[in-house]
Amino acid sequence: MTTSSSPVWQYRTRKQTLLRWLGWFWLVALTVFCWQLMNENTIWAFVSDAPAQAADIGSRMFPPAWSYVGELWQPLWDTINIATLGTLLGIMIAVPVAFLAASNTTPSVRFVRPLALLIIVASRSINALIWALLLVAIIGPGLLAGIIAIGLRSIGFVAKLLYEAIEEIDVTQVEAVRATGASGAQVIDYAIVPQILPAFWGISVFRWDINIRESTILGLVGAGGLGIQLNASLATLAWNQVATIFLLILGTVVVSEWVSARVRQAVL
Amino acid sequence: MLKLENVSKTYKTGDKALQGIRFEVPAGQVVGLIGPSGAGKSSLIRCINRLVEPTAGSILLGDTDLTRLNGRSLRQARRRIGMIFQEYALVERLTVMENVLSGRLGYVPAWRSFLRRYSPEDIGQAFALLEKVGLADHYNKRADALSGGQRQRVGIARALEQNPELLLVDEPTASLDPKTSRQIMRLIRGACQERSLPAIINIHDVMLAQQFSDRIIGLRNGEVVFDGAPDELTNEVLTRIYGDEDWTQLRGQESSEESTDGSSDAPSVDLAEGV
Amino acid sequence: MDHQPTVRSTWKRPPLLLTNTLWRRLIYSGALIYLVLAVQTVEVDWQRVYLGLERGWRFIEGFLVPDFTTRWRDIHEGLIESLTITLTSTVAGILISVPIGIGAARNLAPAPVYLACRGIITLSRSFQEIIIAILLVAMFGFGPFAGFLTLAFATIGFLSKLLAEEIESCDRSQIEAIRATGASWWQVVNYSVQPQVMPRLVGLSLYRLDINFRESAVIGIVGAGGIGATLNTAIDRYEYDSAGAILILIIAIVLVVEYSSSYIRRWVQ
Repeated sequence: MTTSSSPVWQYRTRKQTLLRWLGWFWLVALTVFCWQLMNENTIWAFVSDAPAQAADIGSRMFPPAWSYVGELWQPLWDTINIATLGTLLGIMIAVPVAFLAASNTTPSVRFVRPLALLIIVASRSINALIWALLLVAIIGPGLLAGIIAIGLRSIGFVAKLLYEAIEEIDVTQVEAVRATGASGAQVIDYAIVPQILPAFWGISVFRWDINIRESTILGLVGAGGLGIQLNASLATLAWNQVATIFLLILGTVVVSEWVSARVRQAVL
Repeated sequence: MLKLENVSKTYKTGDKALQGIRFEVPAGQVVGLIGPSGAGKSSLIRCINRLVEPTAGSILLGDTDLTRLNGRSLRQARRRIGMIFQEYALVERLTVMENVLSGRLGYVPAWRSFLRRYSPEDIGQAFALLEKVGLADHYNKRADALSGGQRQRVGIARALEQNPELLLVDEPTASLDPKTSRQIMRLIRGACQERSLPAIINIHDVMLAQQFSDRIIGLRNGEVVFDGAPDELTNEVLTRIYGDEDWTQLRGQESSEESTDGSSDAPSVDLAEGV
Repeated sequence: MDHQPTVRSTWKRPPLLLTNTLWRRLIYSGALIYLVLAVQTVEVDWQRVYLGLERGWRFIEGFLVPDFTTRWRDIHEGLIESLTITLTSTVAGILISVPIGIGAARNLAPAPVYLACRGIITLSRSFQEIIIAILLVAMFGFGPFAGFLTLAFATIGFLSKLLAEEIESCDRSQIEAIRATGASWWQVVNYSVQPQVMPRLVGLSLYRLDINFRESAVIGIVGAGGIGATLNTAIDRYEYDSAGAILILIIAIVLVVEYSSSYIRRWVQ
């Protein structure tokens, strides 16, 4: 038997194996550490009590308060309006931001682009509920706060996906239109917009779908819609009303998802 | 008439794409621009309509020095220069008609072009051009629904819709089969003769260049190494432009970018003649 | 080709979508009517808005001149909670999503398993994180543990769905080739599916880590632990400079996570 000269097949080199194990070890150690830290104050008695609590809540939820639905149509209509108008508001701001952020359309890579990217990341980092919390404190409770909150959160999402789409356009088409003597606005209109239009519709409808979900809870902090009823029902521990609201939200989400899927199919 | 004086282009990377190019193109003359890949053919024609900024020299179209223009005056000069592209460069998601009408963009204000409100003359001319290139029935199709040859015809119609004083043509046949290539070249040449339009056609296929141009300019490493009539293009000249190769065999072969292995004994004439 | 009627000089762009004129008009006017009705439901108390402008200005000031020190203890505690919730819930979520994702891939799982897994995914995706958090807080009591469960549950819906789609779009020929060698189901998964979906799984997991951090900043509002509770208190007390500080920290951490995850993704591929 030759031991030294025959080639030995190894999946990875020694060093790679070592590095991988080290990486995994750190991940596990970090997770365990975080787990410990997180649960320092957890009262495990409550946790072990959870199944009983769940059963209790479940039994109170059933049967849902069907008659309560009558009071929910108006808030549902508000919820849909918050989502739609908020999406429109977000899109209106997001489109120019996207053009400023895309490296091939921005007027200045040094100054304007970083600013646009900062707007995008700030809007993306902060959840609509936080925006709503702030806006309710600033302009008072109501639909307007909800619409602006949804709008502000949508800017980052729409602008990010849109500017990535703009950066991926075919430059020869742009060049060809520019060669005809077209002005900047005409180049955008004839060469860039046709290329990004399907992406734009897809992104917008997708965001609208997400916004329907988001706007169902904005009422928790007073920004209008179904969340207000949810908050009231939770406060009075009327779990059968909560169940009705959940079912209504579920139905709305299913419908909006279906609509958004159909629209995206149609435009692509 | 087009006159280039000492045109040079150095890219930011330091690549000298063009060095001291000078030549004149009188009205109605079709110039075939040949040379190996990277010789600067594409940079040269893009310098003329300033899609690429020349670093030095002057380019005169009629009385205007194109290199001195900016903003609005540059756009007004560009609309006098029609350009036909490699891979067609149509706006794929617009209709054929919109693509042809985009040739008028330099002439109409933005709001009109935005609403697609072109004057009856512009639209009439567009229909006439589509008829001429043989696409009269396709005007409401989307550009991406057409075949390669048809798209290039739309590209020609778009360039002619500008009523240009000069035609710049960049590898018009690069992705077309030999038969379609010849039809396209014939169409371009016909239009130039009819309008006594000067044209610079940047082309890989030496046989096509010889057949369809009045004059050949050979470019190598950014310099003009040959300027003369098509029938002066001898093997010795080709070697000067492209480097050593067995030209008796490769003559007319499409794409001369890579010096293909000399052992290929396929009768290359077939490619050009195989219509 | 038949002959064109002499010279035409009019042309209108054909509609892009909705080629049927009647439908197009109906849909457009419907959309317009909806918009008018929707805008009318928005009642704005302009006096309140006017009063709020001053507060809005104070918030902007607070954002520009944030105050990290006064509430540092609360902020510190909230951040630690948020970060620990983020990591643990993402790890737990991934561990559960992988089997569910495989089960929800039509080309690997038998019908009953497929339906069960798809059911779990739909359930998890239908509800907002906040709503799940409300329920879990009611069951498990206030604190980060409920937040951990919420985000782990939400992660399952997100990751399993995308993982299942990725597996379903796997190259069939590679799966067939491994199956043709006589490999067992486990071996097929290990040798043909895993190599194809691994880079995407890593990418999605990192993206989810990012999302979970952002969500962990919100679920505190309903009592599920994390920086959200601190933020909520700060806004309730009109301490806009502290609120500004928290928001800036959130944005900064999101930026760091995003930047490092793009780095790790490049490194993995």
